[in-house]
Amino acid sequence: MAELSKLYDAVLNGDAKTAAAVTKEALEGGVNPIDLVNQYMVPAMDEVGRRYECEEYFVPELLLAARAMKASMDLIRPLLASSGAQPAGRVVIGTVKGDLHDIGKNLVAALLEGGGFEVIDLGTDVPPEKFVRAVQEKQANIVALSALLTVTMPAMRTTIETLKEAGVRDRVKVLVGGAPVTQKYAEEIGADGYGENASEAVTLARRLVAQ
Amino acid sequence: MNPVFERLLANGPVVTDGAWGTMFLAMGLRAGEIGDAWNLTHPERVEAVPRAYVEAGSQVILTNTFLSNRITLAAHGLEDRLEELNRIGVEISRRAAGGRAAVFGSIGPTGKLLVTGEVTEAELEEVYREQTRILAEAGADAIILETMGDLGEAVCAVRASRETGLPVVACMAYSSGKNKDRTMMGVTPEQAAEALSEAGADVIGANCGQGIDGYIGICRRLRAATDRPLWIKPNAGLPELVEGRPVYRTAPEEFAAKTVDLLEAGAHFVGGCCGTTPEFIREVAAKVRQWKARGNAG
Repeated sequence: MAELSKLYDAVLNGDAKTAAAVTKEALEGGVNPIDLVNQYMVPAMDEVGRRYECEEYFVPELLLAARAMKASMDLIRPLLASSGAQPAGRVVIGTVKGDLHDIGKNLVAALLEGGGFEVIDLGTDVPPEKFVRAVQEKQANIVALSALLTVTMPAMRTTIETLKEAGVRDRVKVLVGGAPVTQKYAEEIGADGYGENASEAVTLARRLVAQ
Repeated sequence: MNPVFERLLANGPVVTDGAWGTMFLAMGLRAGEIGDAWNLTHPERVEAVPRAYVEAGSQVILTNTFLSNRITLAAHGLEDRLEELNRIGVEISRRAAGGRAAVFGSIGPTGKLLVTGEVTEAELEEVYREQTRILAEAGADAIILETMGDLGEAVCAVRASRETGLPVVACMAYSSGKNKDRTMMGVTPEQAAEALSEAGADVIGANCGQGIDGYIGICRRLRAATDRPLWIKPNAGLPELVEGRPVYRTAPEEFAAKTVDLLEAGAHFVGGCCGTTPEFIREVAAKVRQWKARGNAG
């Protein structure tokens, strides 16, 4: 029987290999996959987020922890699906039209997944219509928009307007983020939330789906 | 080391150029379009920018090649034009300089991360080797890496740039953390100064980032951490979006007044990044002249 605290440590230290090995052993030993997620991985990612907030961790540590989490989740996800367990929420994420930057978007996607959300990643330079289609087809309840450039920020507004025109705006909460984005801008364009960094995005997503 | 660079080092402080990208936006560059592509489609517009900087007093201008590495160009479907984009970039700046300013070949981050394994050090070095070789062959006086966030990538870029035999300026962008004194990847000025000096950069610097106020402190910290000359090009503040267009709040006179603080803090090369214009450089050049006239030297 694996020592499960090792899973917590592996995620916290960004050790994907150990995270996967401990997960595999635990699942073979009959541990409930939901317990693995709730008792070890989510607390580990919360600690990662806390360390990031107080600047013990930076982007590289976040990325590595998210990768370790993902290595474990890849083994757990099929079991969760067959057990009928529901994800915390379903997120459609992408970098808005005209913008090819993906580091921030990938980080938020990884942390959301680590936080128990199902994430549909549309990639970069995503036209508004594609967000609409994904919301309709995947029954998403969160849309997360990323932009790095000041010149592509207006595409966030366009995307929100297109969601409205398509009649799906009320079905979803819209989160926005990226280096030039501010709380004020988020309010101006009618987004539901703004996260200053990737770990804030997860907290925000949890709060919004709980509303 | 080449005589152009030696002269710049011997006779400081040196006024560099201001922003290019935000100038292009004012000239009609659209979202999603990359400024480097204008080397092929609108060379006359590109040339107008460094020309205005030289007229304003820039002694060093860069090249419109910040994004012209194989990885970034491939994302825009322009990898087949890599050689032309870089060669023409140097030629445009050389024409604009008209013998009155040195031309430093600009390279920037690829947007791929070493830490996640999506790219390896060997791949990054090859990407930068390819680009800097063209810049050098086209006649750049030095290579400058700008707006770096990851120290591993910056070190790869310095190593590859050094193979050209040209002097290398290595700059990172500081805008993260509570005090906005780390790069996106959490690198401190001290860590950068040590690793970049160790990798063989001739000049260490900071560009873009949080604005000129915070860059005075960053300049002091770099000064304490390395004996190499320093290059500082801050933004005109962080942009705000007003009616869909980015607006930078720092005024040229205010920016230039604070440039004196950068000189006092040990900067050898000074200029501006995003949001700065030839007007800023004119004011900066005037302040630098006054500072030198008071008996200071770089």
